[in-house]
Amino acid sequence: MAFVDSEVSDGTQADQDALSVKIVVAGGFGVGKTTFVGAVSEIEPLRTEALMTEASTNVDDLSMLPEKRTTTVAMDFGRITLADDLVLYLFGTPGQNRFWFMWDDITRGAIGAVVLVDTRRLADCFGAIDYVEQRGIPFVVALNAFNGIQEHDVEDVRDALQVGPEVPFVVTDARERESVKVVLVTLVEHAMSLIQQG
Amino acid sequence: MAAPDGRRVRPYLATRGRTRPVQDIAIEALVSTTKDGRTRGADPEPERERILRLCHSPRSVAEVAAIVSTPLGVARVLVADLETEGLVRVADPHAAFAGSTEPARNLSVLERVRDGLRRL
Ligand SMILES: Nc1nc2c(ncn2[C@@H]2O[C@H](COP(=O)(O)OP(=O)(O)OP(=O)(O)O)[C@@H](O)[C@H]2O)c(=O)[nH]1
Ligand SMILES: [Mg+2]
Repeated sequence: MAFVDSEVSDGTQADQDALSVKIVVAGGFGVGKTTFVGAVSEIEPLRTEALMTEASTNVDDLSMLPEKRTTTVAMDFGRITLADDLVLYLFGTPGQNRFWFMWDDITRGAIGAVVLVDTRRLADCFGAIDYVEQRGIPFVVALNAFNGIQEHDVEDVRDALQVGPEVPFVVTDARERESVKVVLVTLVEHAMSLIQQG
Repeated sequence: MAAPDGRRVRPYLATRGRTRPVQDIAIEALVSTTKDGRTRGADPEPERERILRLCHSPRSVAEVAAIVSTPLGVARVLVADLETEGLVRVADPHAAFAGSTEPARNLSVLERVRDGLRRL
């Protein structure tokens, strides 16, 4: 923020605007996305809804809906003010993976994605991993330690998910702020290294 | 926006003259009320008035939708119209970096995000 002057807000000084960036928190139903966001957010996670019709062209089974209306899709998000002029938003994807149209909105321009995984229900994250891989979105896999997963299990999970060695895997507890911070820093560093590699 | 007969007009149906397609506004784009938006009297449309008050400190389009309790698409239209009328400014992070790397692929932005997270 180059010229901060609380008196001045005349609609012309674009250079006083803060920059906002975002990180996506993806994963299957009930894997801990909202908990993860809430652990670091400075506000209680908020909920935004989108109407199904807003981008209905990307919805796979619209024919199932009467007159393509009715359905709303919810996503939770939080905010972290990192500096006067820099705000980070964390957006949790809708729990039901079929609402891909919402993902396009959430992921466009994102730094990257944290794919949260419950190791007892590995298959639930396949959709999220396919999505971010296909679109070249930088991502890390965070194993949410519901049942005390051990570090040495991590490579087994990587094999099971068929994710390449370049993708960082971390064990996390989505309820713990420090643990969530580590995951986010890991993602940002991964995104940086992808840029540096060209 | 009251019609001459006192009937309320739904201003978010007035879609003329926007500078860009509504769907292009990023959900994280920050909305802030301009001086015009602050000094003008209360807007007769309650949702618009709430946005104008809320965005005295900048809020993302997603926050606007959540706090004003409208679907995201409606919030985008309301914000776009307020922007067209000069009552709010929309700091679209992607537009700000138009022609260069977008912020999410800009190393110095990412460094600042990383350092900010570490300091939390
Ligand atoms: N033991 C344990 N429980 C957790 C952890 N993370 C989340 N939970 C619990 O798991 C449940 C689901 O967490 P949510 O954060 O609501 O999951 P979600 O992914 O947002 O769920 P949906 O939005 O419905 O898909 C809650 O009861 C949390 O308290 C964790 O790391 N360890
Ligand atoms: Mg949730």
